[in-house]
Amino acid sequence: MTGTKLIKAGRFVEDAFVTLGDDDPQPANGTIVSLARFEKERDALVSRNAPLGVRLKSDESPERLGDDVNRLSVIVLEFPKFRDGRAFSWARMLRTRLGFKGEIRATGHFLYDQLAFMARVGIDAFEVPEGFAIAEFDRAMGEITNVYQPSADGRPTIRQLRADG
Amino acid sequence: MSKPDQVLTANRLRDGEVVYWKAGSWVEHLEEAEVFSDGTAATAALKAADKAIQDRIVVNPYLFEVRREAHALRPVKEREVIRAAGPTVRPDLGKQSSEAFDVSL
Amino acid sequence: MYRYDEFDARFVAERVEQFRYQVERRLSGELTEDEFKPLRLLNGLYLQLHAYMLRIAVPYGTLSPKQLRMLAHIARKYDKGYGHFTTRQNIQFNWIKLVDVPDTLADLATVEMHAIQTSGNCIRNVTADHFAGAARDEIEDPRILAEIVRQWSSLHPEFTYLPRKFKIAVSGSEHDRAAVKFHDVGIEIIRNDKGETGYRVYAGGGMGRTPYIGHVVGDFVEKRDILAFLEAVMRVYNQSGRRDNIYKARIKILVNALGAEEMRRQVMREFDEIKAAGTLAVPSAELDNIARYFAPPAFEALGDNAPEYDAARASSAAFRAWSDTNLTPHRAPGYAIATISLKPIGGVPGDATHEQLDALADLLDEFGMGELRVSHEQNLVLPHVRKKDLPAIFAKLEALGLATPNAGLVTDIIACPGLDYCDLANARSIPIAQRISERFQDLARQHDIGELKIKISGCINACGHHHAGHIGVLGVDKKGVEYYQLQLGGSGAEDASIGEILGPAFGEHEIVDAVERVVDVYLEQRSGSERFLDTVRRLGIEPFKERAYAGWAFHI
Repeated sequence: MTGTKLIKAGRFVEDAFVTLGDDDPQPANGTIVSLARFEKERDALVSRNAPLGVRLKSDESPERLGDDVNRLSVIVLEFPKFRDGRAFSWARMLRTRLGFKGEIRATGHFLYDQLAFMARVGIDAFEVPEGFAIAEFDRAMGEITNVYQPSADGRPTIRQLRADG
Repeated sequence: MSKPDQVLTANRLRDGEVVYWKAGSWVEHLEEAEVFSDGTAATAALKAADKAIQDRIVVNPYLFEVRREAHALRPVKEREVIRAAGPTVRPDLGKQSSEAFDVSL
Repeated sequence: MYRYDEFDARFVAERVEQFRYQVERRLSGELTEDEFKPLRLLNGLYLQLHAYMLRIAVPYGTLSPKQLRMLAHIARKYDKGYGHFTTRQNIQFNWIKLVDVPDTLADLATVEMHAIQTSGNCIRNVTADHFAGAARDEIEDPRILAEIVRQWSSLHPEFTYLPRKFKIAVSGSEHDRAAVKFHDVGIEIIRNDKGETGYRVYAGGGMGRTPYIGHVVGDFVEKRDILAFLEAVMRVYNQSGRRDNIYKARIKILVNALGAEEMRRQVMREFDEIKAAGTLAVPSAELDNIARYFAPPAFEALGDNAPEYDAARASSAAFRAWSDTNLTPHRAPGYAIATISLKPIGGVPGDATHEQLDALADLLDEFGMGELRVSHEQNLVLPHVRKKDLPAIFAKLEALGLATPNAGLVTDIIACPGLDYCDLANARSIPIAQRISERFQDLARQHDIGELKIKISGCINACGHHHAGHIGVLGVDKKGVEYYQLQLGGSGAEDASIGEILGPAFGEHEIVDAVERVVDVYLEQRSGSERFLDTVRRLGIEPFKERAYAGWAFHI
């Protein structure tokens, strides 16, 4: 996406994928398509020898990917506006119920203040505005040291730390 | 009855104080506010208030209707009457408690 | 009461710094108001009619003397000398400046207080029975579960951007003093046939534009499983709650759209998975740990006979009146639960001055009481009072203007801040409460009327809980003029019901008379020892409606 950069594993990385519009022809390398396109061209897409990703709108449950979930290298979750928090549950669902091990990428409008929550539920790649500094990402991750509840990140909770301490 | 006049209001960002537009700046009492009898001028002021938002002076500017009564301005809506004065149940609090407040409101 | 350990303290301190940074970014322009608004709401900061309002969390309504003193200090240093207790056991300050909020929060953190999640589309303050730990009919102190839920819900990464707000309440006895059936999730502590305690979980209750009573989604959830169960409910809601229309976004809409059975099915599916994963299991050691914080104070071995108390009742009409209405039997002999009414005749319901807050702290210390409670009916409660201390305590309360003998009576009115303070309101509610209070102030008359819960909201958002009022009043705006709709027969207790609207709204100068006429019908028609609510339920609203509108020009 133009005007954005991709953060993964805490640093800026090149996007290994091309996001295709529903009518764009497919290039040779990794592509990301909409769920609509995936559902329409599934066999053709899946049989290609190239990494594949699907982009989900906030009202599209990852369960619609069915057993193909673990064929995908990346699943992109849209935040149409930052107040729409469905993607937090979609990410969680992908990591736990669906056992997805690939990249979960957040795109759209989300705030610095949501980054730590996003990481906790299993989002591991973030499409951020061009001017965004990595130092900000690090800061966001470190604002709250300990957490009360378990999530997809498997971080020990305060209760567990209390028991250990 | 003629169409009511309008006043432009907002809240100051830093302290939440209710303020009124007066020729490009903001005053704290309704009686000091600029009154627009011209709808175009009112809309122009609302647009100009965008800069005050950008500059982080105010939030949520909007126009509301007032009528001239005797020597005072009376907002048409009860909400703005209360907003201009303070809680009706605490006359010792809010703008109404300041000496600058016009008691004829 | 719960005491922070280093983890809790650090958590709150870091949240303060997080908010401080958010305010900085707002003031620098890095965050627009549209972006900042949800963030400030997550820290309980509203922009109201006159100023910013800060809502401070009082978890399950419990406050220590130290905390009371800090609230008094906040009132003086950052506000205009008073605070307002709400229908969710929290406290609000109406004149806060944005630039002062980070420092206010830092001050609060020194006494284990905060404003985390007191607004916004997240899980809000968990409320519980204000008689917790003291009531005779209690099965188990609901604050133990409330504290566990509070921690689990604090900065929950998955549930901070819900379709809408989410309110949880816990009741620990058969008599529901927490209105659990009117909450998004309500939890009742119950015993099964084997005598084990567990949780009955309701979902989909709510007030607001469309009131609903919650449906049971968990008949008997074991203690170990409760967080897994709640997580399941939240996940179903976060995924499927409506986001297209804020008036249809609460879980009550979802539950009613899906039906209770389908809701249960979806919850159970999530619950089974979460439970199997095991990470949310609440070990019994954890329950015991938390329970220790809520162990009752060491009650003295007192007889139920307290000569000082009896003597005061015999010699002082004022003390007699107050002890007739404001005391509730305590589980320990020789003790009582005392309700401090924040509804002086003609006063603003729920308000307390900084002097009163400080004096209450002193009172707690003087009589060796470690805490006081805030009720969702906007009163305060001394949960554990030795009966022999009651006369002395009463004298102090009287001097503070906190001894109004009207707990549960017609002048013990609940009112939201309304158009005097609130940006969302359509009409003023406080003046109506004041005038009703003045009209009915005669104590003999109040006693004759008996239990009558009047609840007043200044707009459809129903923060005054008018749907659950025996008499409910809703302020509406008709062409710029304030009108008041009357409804009867609501109840927030275990016999939950939604009040029925009588008819067209009354004008500002008619509503108090209308209320009086309705009360007259009760006095004329009651049978035996029926309360107002009972008579309404027995007769239906027709006789009340007829009298309320008697003399109106048009046929209803």
